[in-house]
Amino acid sequence: MTIRNVLRDHGQRYRPRMACLKKAEKVVLEMQDPTTGVKLQPQRLVITTIPHAITGEDIVVWLADRFQIDAQEARSFGSMLVALGYIYPIQDHKRLVVKPDASLYRFQTPYFWPTQQWPVEDTDYAIYLAKRNIRKKGILELHEQEQYNHLHKWMNHKWDFIVMQAKEQYRAAKERKKPDRVVFDCQERAYWVVHRPPPGTVSAMDYGLERLIDPNAHEAKTPDDYERIMIFTQQSIMRPRVKSSVSIGALVKYCATYKGHDPFLSKCLPSNPWLTDDVTYWALNMPNVEIPTKMRVERWTFSFGELLSDPRGRDDFRLFLKKEFSGENLAFWEGCEDLKWGTAATMKEKAEQIYKTFLARGAPRWINIDGKTMEITVKGLKHPHRYVLDAAQTHIYMLMKKDSYGRYLKSPVFKETTKKAVCPEEHKFSDSQLEQNARNRRPSLSPIIIRQQEQEQKAKMAASAPVDITQVMSKLSQQGKEAPPRRTSVKND
Amino acid sequence: MAAEKAEMDALKKECDGLRAQIEAARKAVNDGSMSAAASGVASVGRVQLKLRKTLKGHLAKIYAMHWSADSRQMVSASQDGKLLIWDCFTGNKLVAVPLKSAWVMSVAFAPSGNLVASGGLDNICTVYNIKAASPKTLRELDAHTGYLSCCRFLSDTEILTASGDTTCCLWDLETGKQKVIFTNHIGDCMSLALSPDMNTFISGACDSLAKLWDLREGACKQTFSGHTSDINAISFFQSGNAIITGSDDCQCKMYDLRSDQEVICYQDASLNAGVTSLALSSSGRLIFAGYDDFNCHIWDSLKGEKVGVLSGHDNRVSCTGVPDDGMGVCTGSWDSFLKLWN
Repeated sequence: MTIRNVLRDHGQRYRPRMACLKKAEKVVLEMQDPTTGVKLQPQRLVITTIPHAITGEDIVVWLADRFQIDAQEARSFGSMLVALGYIYPIQDHKRLVVKPDASLYRFQTPYFWPTQQWPVEDTDYAIYLAKRNIRKKGILELHEQEQYNHLHKWMNHKWDFIVMQAKEQYRAAKERKKPDRVVFDCQERAYWVVHRPPPGTVSAMDYGLERLIDPNAHEAKTPDDYERIMIFTQQSIMRPRVKSSVSIGALVKYCATYKGHDPFLSKCLPSNPWLTDDVTYWALNMPNVEIPTKMRVERWTFSFGELLSDPRGRDDFRLFLKKEFSGENLAFWEGCEDLKWGTAATMKEKAEQIYKTFLARGAPRWINIDGKTMEITVKGLKHPHRYVLDAAQTHIYMLMKKDSYGRYLKSPVFKETTKKAVCPEEHKFSDSQLEQNARNRRPSLSPIIIRQQEQEQKAKMAASAPVDITQVMSKLSQQGKEAPPRRTSVKND
Repeated sequence: MAAEKAEMDALKKECDGLRAQIEAARKAVNDGSMSAAASGVASVGRVQLKLRKTLKGHLAKIYAMHWSADSRQMVSASQDGKLLIWDCFTGNKLVAVPLKSAWVMSVAFAPSGNLVASGGLDNICTVYNIKAASPKTLRELDAHTGYLSCCRFLSDTEILTASGDTTCCLWDLETGKQKVIFTNHIGDCMSLALSPDMNTFISGACDSLAKLWDLREGACKQTFSGHTSDINAISFFQSGNAIITGSDDCQCKMYDLRSDQEVICYQDASLNAGVTSLALSSSGRLIFAGYDDFNCHIWDSLKGEKVGVLSGHDNRVSCTGVPDDGMGVCTGSWDSFLKLWN
């Protein structure tokens, strides 16, 4: 009947909506079942009676019953089936929704289903519009008229064919019995309402941008392809796997641990800024606040990663390490992070600085890593790149995690911090106060200023480090105290 | 000719045999299900969130949004050719970045807050400096042969992109050149997510597979199958040991990385719309999934039940995001509005 354009396939086979359309089809077929489907009733049109119409109410009731959902959801589901073009409204045909009353609908014929293999062609649309124009001039809506003029312009070369087809279809239609003709007209009209919606309406056929590559087209074609697949698969098989009970258990535990810290599941103290428009929570939890909140301190106990990623936590940890004279580990770790994420221009300089401070023989803040790692690292530093310190950093991280972290949690420094930590009272705003809060909303401190403050703090700390062990020892001996036991091998000059 | 065919058949058979071995290895470690592990966990009950703010300002479909690391600013991209940077607390628009190409599909905020990146049908990832007096184009990363579907900053010097040409790519922003190209997918890559420790990332593609990649080695480490249609959205579980995917087959799935298998599937018979985007709450217990049916449904990640819905959009929910402090969730839609809920 119409020319099928194979080149512009619109990706019917791998079209984004196919999965949903197929599911919708299954539901529609169930709905049409003569015994268990939706109740059918005849539609009366002056003298003719057209069978197989359904009411909106029956649709909603059937869906609610079938899927055990409430009326509202059933109505949305029904409207989706109408929007996709599987059911069409007979009255008010331009609004593709299900009205839960006696409004009549009918099932669309499979020929017009959106899952069919042929794309929705402009040629067909032109024929349809021409046909309607022949039947009665001036019947086209404004947007349809515009489309018609547009198609006439760029399909001018085959306009004769289109008009001929339209006339032929019009003639054939006249020969049908009235009920059949009415039904077919409704079906065709519904089809085009779905696929050529008026401008400004939301169309369910709008699936966004098209996919570029057809994954089904890619098949292993040469022995090489198979070789590669096999190597990859073999590596996959050899990968160590953890027992699922263990790793799933860990996921469940994570959720449980953080439940109290999830603003969706637990109350935020003093109040959630989104809810009350009051920024106290954010002020209390600034990155470098003097006194942290109790919740924040609790997070530091969850994992070493949490402690390190929080600047305030890291400060506390740094203080503890200073007292233990193993601050060089953290300083080295921070240096590595700085190297990893900094600009390429500064990398060489930073690498040299790190080498001089932490790795060289007789370095003022020598870190204790095993011989092999030291060898790899020093060798790599000759041609520094972003990840040259990875091995050493991991080693130091694990050292801190397994050794210092545990002691930190039991230390007086941590106990002191925990004691001083604040637990703010919950806000109880009245309605007028909430309005006041909303009016007083101010923009936040610009991140660039926060970053500047952080840089200033870093510079201050860099100026005060490294710790000079001789000074500390002389101070202690003046106070008549014994020198503290050495935790790591610190070289004296 | 026949000998070649026989050789190919033999190779194919060997491949299938190996795949069966992977399945067997996965089955061997599968000694406990999520339903068993989560049976002792209390239910979260019905999660009813209220609409707190509607951000109006875009004139066309919103395709992407991304929160800033400070949890207050957010950038959104719309096909009206603009990126808008919002202060979500006051609701003010801070910066408007005009785009060279209006067909934008993805946007990202750098952790430092200095840069934003966007890209789309122009195949280019453009990075803008928004801290200058007026936004300036810093770099145009042009090497992909397909549309840019997703981009994420690692820092101010490196960015990851996923493209419709089936590859993902790590770029050096200082030189503007590609550092590593990750090839293994056979369908358009639709989304990517960085692991919390920044050593690995995951990507979801139209070949219905999710892949885990190592950033240093540049290779695919694990592949997860199970979906039957395009994977549109992907995210790491907070602990970094599991991933959640959302697909056009109307399902979301959680895969566990260490035991290398699918753990739970989030599906509902009455939900017949593809998943376009997803985000997790800060404990990982709630999954906010945006669907084609104009709603964002909330799932209990451990029990696999639907526990809530965010209705209010008049068109598809195209992007969802939860800020780092977990205070609420933002949904962006083709109806050109962004809504904040909690």
